[in-house]
Amino acid sequence: MSAAAPAAAPAGAQPPRASANVCQAASCLAMGSAEVCQALEAEVAAAGLADVTVRRVGCLGLCAAGPLVEVPEQGRIFERVVPGDPSSHEALLASLKGEAQGGRPVASDPFYSRQVKVVLERCGKVDPENIDDYLATGGYEALAKVVGSMSPDEVTSEVVKSGLRGRGGAGYPTGLKWRTVAKEAGVAGKFVVCNADEGDPGAFMDRSVMESSPHQVLEGMAIAGYAVGANRGYVYVRAEYPLAAERLALAIRQAEQKGYLGARVAGTRFSFHVELRMGAGAYVCGEETALIASIQGERGTPRPRPPYPAASGLWGCPTLINNVETFANVPSIIKRGGEWFSSIGTERSKGTKVFSLAGAVKNTGVIEVPMGLTLREIVFDIGAGLAPGRRFKAVQTGGPAGGCLPEELLDMPVDYESLTQAGSMMGSGGMIVMDDTSCMVDVAKFFMDFCRQESCGKCVPCRVGTHEMWRSLDRMTRGVANRRDLEQLESLAGMVRAMSLCGLGQGAPSPVFSTLRYFRDEYLAHIDEHVCPAGSCPMGAAEPVAAGVGQA
Amino acid sequence: MAVATVQPDPGRPQAGVPSDGGRWDQVEAKMRELGYRPDALIEVLHTAQEAFGYLDPEVLSYVGDRLGVPQSKAYGVATFYSYFTLEPVARHSCVVCTGTACYLDGAGALLGAVTGVLAARGKEAAPDRWLSLEEVRCLGPCSMAPVAVVDGEVHGKLSPPELASLVEAL
Repeated sequence: MSAAAPAAAPAGAQPPRASANVCQAASCLAMGSAEVCQALEAEVAAAGLADVTVRRVGCLGLCAAGPLVEVPEQGRIFERVVPGDPSSHEALLASLKGEAQGGRPVASDPFYSRQVKVVLERCGKVDPENIDDYLATGGYEALAKVVGSMSPDEVTSEVVKSGLRGRGGAGYPTGLKWRTVAKEAGVAGKFVVCNADEGDPGAFMDRSVMESSPHQVLEGMAIAGYAVGANRGYVYVRAEYPLAAERLALAIRQAEQKGYLGARVAGTRFSFHVELRMGAGAYVCGEETALIASIQGERGTPRPRPPYPAASGLWGCPTLINNVETFANVPSIIKRGGEWFSSIGTERSKGTKVFSLAGAVKNTGVIEVPMGLTLREIVFDIGAGLAPGRRFKAVQTGGPAGGCLPEELLDMPVDYESLTQAGSMMGSGGMIVMDDTSCMVDVAKFFMDFCRQESCGKCVPCRVGTHEMWRSLDRMTRGVANRRDLEQLESLAGMVRAMSLCGLGQGAPSPVFSTLRYFRDEYLAHIDEHVCPAGSCPMGAAEPVAAGVGQA
Repeated sequence: MAVATVQPDPGRPQAGVPSDGGRWDQVEAKMRELGYRPDALIEVLHTAQEAFGYLDPEVLSYVGDRLGVPQSKAYGVATFYSYFTLEPVARHSCVVCTGTACYLDGAGALLGAVTGVLAARGKEAAPDRWLSLEEVRCLGPCSMAPVAVVDGEVHGKLSPPELASLVEAL
């Protein structure tokens, strides 16, 4: 899986001897990487390094150690290059001058070497605000090939052959979805929608892809449009991601100017227009029927399916909805073939998966791994394990509809089926590592509080059920619960899962189920002994509740 | 919980005169760009909130009328989405991320620190005037947990005293 080559220098110019690729994604920017970039440009000029270029690139991955700067010619990444701290620039400048080698070696460090990059192949390599960078790394070649020499059916067949499954959570086969939409008559038109409403707390990989390689997402959408017979597309971005939206908007304009989007795509008769729509802070809008309502300017409440959006979506027209990462996989599948893609991964989960690794591991950031890698490899090799003195307790995947997986499952392969069997789910790719200071009852309460607040209120099981489950959990964490609370929690959890209208309610009990399955002792300690074994609940750690006496 | 990264806007134009001031022009331009279609409602409310800082009844009714959306629906949409705020914003804003990673890393203590500052300031610092304190479920820079945004600037790996002094310095 070769990474994309660095962007070409202007025609005729000498390629730079060394370059400093400065990460300009949200996390590093918050640490001051824009200032780092300016300072570096000044320092390089002052040192007279005419053959060194300073470039603005997307996410370099290891967000924990930002601001990050890569010197690709030397295969090194420099960490914590802090603005206004010349000492943190010294090693980097020495490296650029060719005097010394510093930084983290990309080839041999497990954080980088264990990854396989398909979706992220251009992240940290190209300037996300410059379409020429994207074109220089083979961008839009797949789209040109598709509209120039393939039939829509051939395109869909290639995606079917790849085995790609939806990366937004449920894992529905992408090719089948495309075929369903393609078969619809769509007399009033069809639509392609990119679900960029990455709402799971602790998940930030789609943000990273949009901020680092926005054209790749647009190219995937245009290819999908050609395959299913749609001429209009929408990207629905959550309001909390202004930088992603800004870069997508710029990318749309650039692609229109270069003729890759708009009236005559790559000089053919195929037209494809993309518009951006901003979310407004409603988690439920990640659900596809709620998302459709929101694009139509309405309250984001889901409706029963069928009909599925493939038959009746935006304004009643056949609509293909895929997630950011799903679309970002498509150009590579077209260029290298479905067979190539299906050679990566496991029997039923093909390709790679991007995860945002966060929580109690040393290396937090955005990673991409082949399906089937084990949790242990992700947490302890790529993530480099936990801080000294801390003990691994659980890893949470799948967001509020996912679950907490314990130590004994660390050797489980990460694929759709294994995660579901274990009581969690792939979800969109948030992966949060928890240590022994995290209380599993409190974690379940956190997610239930989230679902309770984000419930749209349309159906009773979700609106009332999540609230009542939260109340039981809250009583447990305050040390005032009894066995009846536990019974009620379990029976409500089953009812809410079975009766709710959409995925938000159906998934809301999952953190409760998974923590009950693997950490029941912790629940019983809270209930029977009024003790929080992790020491994080307000009831206090070792002492049974003494009713708040003796407070100053 | 609303996320107001928008700067407060003290110089709002007089009510009832939708033709004056550049702010109304911005809203009008957005509606024109989107062809005055009813489905442009959310996009236009975004623009209106950027222009005015918040959505008051006058703005809502004007936008509703222009787009052919009933008042009840405009109000319903504006109140459904947590990003929209119907109250004037405070001079300063502090948004504490309470996503999973931040929650586990002490977002609660950060909230407590700011509440403490507010309490210490007493009535003069009523939350709706000097500072608005808000929670948001995940801003995305989870590697920097716990995170807070003070007047639009993101701060990561914060301790409660650090956030308290950031807020006190406003």
